[in-house]
Amino acid sequence: MPLRKCAKIIKGSMALLILSALTGVFAADDIVQLGQPVSEADLRDWDLIIMPDGSGLPEGAGSAVQGSAVYEQQCASCHGASGKGMPGVPALVGENNSAGEPVVRAVGNYWPSATTLFDYVRRAMPPTAPKSLSTEQVYQVVAYVLFLNDIIGEEHELTHNNLSTVDMPNRNGFVDRSQMQ
Amino acid sequence: MSDKQKDNASMNWDHVASNGLLSRRHLLGLGLASTASLAANPLLAADTAAISTPSWSKVPGRDLSGYGNPSAFTQEVQRLTGSPNPLLPGGGASRSPLHLLQGSITPNGLHFERHHAGIPNVDPAQHRLLIHGLVRQALSFSYEDLLAYPQESRIYFLECSGNSGANTAAQPSDGTAASLHGLLSGAQWTGVRLSTLLEEAGVKEEASWIAATGVDGASMGRSVPLNKALDDVFIALYQNGEPIRPEQGYPMRLFVPGWEGNVSIKWLGQIKLTSGPANFRDETSRYTDFLADGKALQFTYPMGVKSVITSPSGQMTLRRHGVHEVTGLAWSGSGAISRVEISADGGSTWAEALLEGENQALALSRFRLPWLWEGGPAVLQSRATDSAGNVQPTRAVVLAQYDAANRYHFNGIQSWSVSEQGVVANAFA
Ligand code: HEC
Repeated sequence: MPLRKCAKIIKGSMALLILSALTGVFAADDIVQLGQPVSEADLRDWDLIIMPDGSGLPEGAGSAVQGSAVYEQQCASCHGASGKGMPGVPALVGENNSAGEPVVRAVGNYWPSATTLFDYVRRAMPPTAPKSLSTEQVYQVVAYVLFLNDIIGEEHELTHNNLSTVDMPNRNGFVDRSQMQ
Repeated sequence: MSDKQKDNASMNWDHVASNGLLSRRHLLGLGLASTASLAANPLLAADTAAISTPSWSKVPGRDLSGYGNPSAFTQEVQRLTGSPNPLLPGGGASRSPLHLLQGSITPNGLHFERHHAGIPNVDPAQHRLLIHGLVRQALSFSYEDLLAYPQESRIYFLECSGNSGANTAAQPSDGTAASLHGLLSGAQWTGVRLSTLLEEAGVKEEASWIAATGVDGASMGRSVPLNKALDDVFIALYQNGEPIRPEQGYPMRLFVPGWEGNVSIKWLGQIKLTSGPANFRDETSRYTDFLADGKALQFTYPMGVKSVITSPSGQMTLRRHGVHEVTGLAWSGSGAISRVEISADGGSTWAEALLEGENQALALSRFRLPWLWEGGPAVLQSRATDSAGNVQPTRAVVLAQYDAANRYHFNGIQSWSVSEQGVVANAFA
């Protein structure tokens, strides 16, 4: 056991001894403290979480023009050339009927934030080699999927500064129940 | 009318609801009550042939083993695995064989599974849990570290919010309790309170959520409000007394009691304190409930009060007129089960079932009630009520809350029809 841990345990148990001698109360939380300090900077490349406000996005940029090649090579075999999906693979392009009601719920007509697309594709796609795309490739293919959904133009360059500002049509379509439990 | 049927009719049964439901007191008296009719049964004579010294009484048995297996005669007690999706290697679900199990604890090898990128082979020596974000000091914990913390054991159910989704279809599918409702299991989980670790890292004022991710190929992420995280969420290290199974997140998983299973992130590697939800794919694109008005519910966390009769259940056949035990499971994400009622006539009359055991909050409760089946058609249903007063709704009531395309969070009453031939089938009643 590293010295630091020993010291912490001893410190903790001495405090506990004193505390329990004084009050008779068992302060379980203080007995063991084994977490190794790390710096947030060390986690920057490892942490893949992208928040809806864009925080966590790595520096980079990409457009649909650049992304079409990535999509063709890495995504189209499963999601289809136009993003309609196939049995066992979800569509990436939403579809509404003439009344504007969703028939296929997907990125363009359902997802509330564009950051989710970056977060998910980077961590989970393609399923045979997740986390294999470079940052540039992720920006490019995200731009391409948004372009397929008519959300951005083909030339629109997505960057770490503007991805969170992409106007997602269904961003107000959710009722947050998190505090209604 | 056969001799046996006459016996059943003349017995002093205490009927508690129509179509054969009997008082719980017969659960204890069943053996006694039926002795008379069994003794008179000429079929019983045939059985004497089996009364001989069996071969296994005359030889030594098999040797000891390091890890035991079920009997070779119970090989049919298996999880129901779907066919693999070649376009999502390792993805999919397997279901607990609810109709083949008893009690309220699911054996570890039969706990339901749901993976998005297969089961990773995590080496605990190399695994780290990072707690960071809006904390005073980001911390890294090894598996060995966590084992040294004070642990707690608690019995909880775990249910996928897609469970029972098949019953949202327009027509009832010919399913079993497992195929329809088997994304449900119950276990005793042991681990370290998340609040203990969060306290050590020092949660900052601005933090109001956590975002948790796993280290499997999909690195599934989910957000949990901080108030829940500090309440009863824990890092599970043991499942029914042994280290949690790889399918359940070995070496560690987040466990969020009572909430949809998906938030209990397996192969947990990261907890980031944040000022809001991360809006992961699996809390936006998936696990959201479509409403009829075009909107959708996000973060529907606690699982609704629910029950299912596991026997008699879909695809079983009743082979005997007489008394059968109606038994099943009830659970709620909002408390303990306070009562379960059974109907044998499709919901016209109800009788209260016996609840077995401790009946803990957020755990599976086993219920039982005797039922006299004399060959007539029946529709068996169960209806659970929880300690918060929530009553399990009918299928129609649940469906009316959502868009027709919604498949999540279905907790409607299950109906099993019983034909005159004794065939039990999924029905929409
Ligand atoms: C081998 C087939 C395959 C390839 C290649 C593939 N995907 Fe997927 N993708 C899937 C499957 C299957 C799912 C569903 C995963 C799940 O439900 O866990 C999926 C899910 C998604 C989703 C989420 C859809 C939703 O409705 O929630 C997105 C976005 C996505 N993929 C983007 C991509 C991109 C971009 C690429 C290329 C870089 C890609 N995929 C490559 C099979 C594939």
